[in-house]
Amino acid sequence: MKEFQYTIQDESGVHARPAGLMVRKAQSFQSDASVSFNGKKADMKRLFAIMGLNIKKGDQISVQVTGADEDAAAKELEDFLKNNL
Amino acid sequence: MITGKGIGVSTGVAIGKLKYQTNKLPRAEKRLITDVSAEIKRFESAKAKAATQLAELYVKTQKKLGEENSLLFQIHQMMLEDLDYNDSIIELIQNEKVCSEYAVQETGRKFAEIFSNMDDEYMKGRSADVKDVSDRVIRILTGLSFDDGMDSEPYILAAEDLSPSDTAQIDQDRVLAIVTSGGSSNSHTAIFARTMGVPAVIGVTDIPLSEYNGKEIAVNGSTGEIFVEPDAAVKEKLLQEMEKQRHLRQLWKQFQGKKTTTKDGRRVNLYANIGGPKDLKAVLANDAEGIGLFRSEFLFLERSTLPTEEEQFQAYRAVAEKMDGKRVVIRTLDIGADKQAESLHLPKEDNPALGMRAIRICLTRPEIFKTQLRALYRASHYGRIAIMFPMITSVEEVQRSKELCSQVKEELKQQGIPFSEDVELGIMIETPAAALISDELAQEVDFFSVGSNDLTQYTLAIDRQNSSLLPFCNTHHKAVLRMIQMSAENAHKSKIWIGICGELAADESLTETFMKMGIDELSVAPSSVLPLRMKISSISLK
Repeated sequence: MKEFQYTIQDESGVHARPAGLMVRKAQSFQSDASVSFNGKKADMKRLFAIMGLNIKKGDQISVQVTGADEDAAAKELEDFLKNNL
Repeated sequence: MITGKGIGVSTGVAIGKLKYQTNKLPRAEKRLITDVSAEIKRFESAKAKAATQLAELYVKTQKKLGEENSLLFQIHQMMLEDLDYNDSIIELIQNEKVCSEYAVQETGRKFAEIFSNMDDEYMKGRSADVKDVSDRVIRILTGLSFDDGMDSEPYILAAEDLSPSDTAQIDQDRVLAIVTSGGSSNSHTAIFARTMGVPAVIGVTDIPLSEYNGKEIAVNGSTGEIFVEPDAAVKEKLLQEMEKQRHLRQLWKQFQGKKTTTKDGRRVNLYANIGGPKDLKAVLANDAEGIGLFRSEFLFLERSTLPTEEEQFQAYRAVAEKMDGKRVVIRTLDIGADKQAESLHLPKEDNPALGMRAIRICLTRPEIFKTQLRALYRASHYGRIAIMFPMITSVEEVQRSKELCSQVKEELKQQGIPFSEDVELGIMIETPAAALISDELAQEVDFFSVGSNDLTQYTLAIDRQNSSLLPFCNTHHKAVLRMIQMSAENAHKSKIWIGICGELAADESLTETFMKMGIDELSVAPSSVLPLRMKISSISLK
């Protein structure tokens, strides 16, 4: 399992569009991916679940990736977060 | 042939296929199915069609209105793909053996509720998106015709009434005419039809429009007549009428490029009303001398979040630049009453016309107002923008609004952002209160513009959306005309100009009266500009 932390920089937090793009990104990997925040955990491949976490600017999230392509997935998801959120 | 009669609110004649647009979705019935896998296939194919529609809408809106406005459709596509949403629908079909439309309806409701219960304004707003996506799939499943932007054949649009958000979705190149069973001559439907220059008949209650979906109908927007499956004689007559109108249009054309003056040489500013940059084509084609009313609220409708300063700035700047130095009067946010914006989350009111609307919202929520004012001042650098405040009833409201303008200008100056120092500030005269204290208001502002629709509604205490009140609604009521006269006198005493931007401005039977009152500017639907210029040229004041 790969795990990393990220603090949201975007003014609007994890709003619908970047959440949707993130979900699409996560779906492009075989590995399972999840986001933990505020004691709750959501499947990174499920849009409404991610939006349900209501992640705002300044919130620190933790991303866990498990599976065959976890190295590549963790790296690309981290890049995605840095570039978009 | 069946004939019906309503009120013609936008002149012209059209013949074409009727397309009935249902505003509200009927509740999907809980129908039980037996073949689960066939039902899942049915859902999957409706979902695929919805995805195609959304993808096409995304591209189309992006071209027409830019990236910001098209994002909504992309978000809808993503929601449609959501795994939990899809799992829930398929589980309902499998476990409870219900039809797809019911499963989609229930799932949509469940997710919409989750969002609306979230403790966050933005996320609450997403509940409408979930509902929209679900409605789209249900419409496809039930075969309800909604203008999905997919067919290419022009048609005659029929509906009970059209809301501002309905008209925002209409493909203007394909609608030949509009027919509604509800509405009134000042309603949004009527205004929209006149802006587009398409024939429109409203208040058709003697025949059931919804039953003629797909049938050929003929519409006469001048007389208010409707013919379902018209016979040869009627068609012939209407074709002659079309010919006559073509001739009239040619007469109007001769006034293209000319100044607007009365026969004895009094100059009048003849401007156009618009809802956004998309109406500019019609403004330029009809040779308006400026924009007398840019209804900025259209930037706020048909979306679930507030437009950002940047989005607003781009829209105002586009109009200012295209008008190339001609005056562009932009009315600040006039939401409320018949125009509800979902992004503002306003509570329902029993009496919205007298409620939280227009300047009252802006002064209650100055952060929204200031964002708009910043966008307006920034755009003023690129053309000749004038700012107009709606629904004014007191001097204090004007002073508070002006104070916010000063704050905004000060901020921009400090940030080194360019803006024009000569932005005219004006107010709408659309309440009896404003007309009655117009002497005091005139000392505060650079211009007045009479909003005759609301002024009539508030003076006569008649709801303009209620078609059953039409027999009581005398749009030429002396009380209204006296208020306009009084405002004009007070404007001129303070050496400021006064215009009329409501529907009365285009009423040719009043043009002479207005000229005699000394009205300096008339602002009308783009399609009325040339006919009105011809009318004014025939009037002599001596």
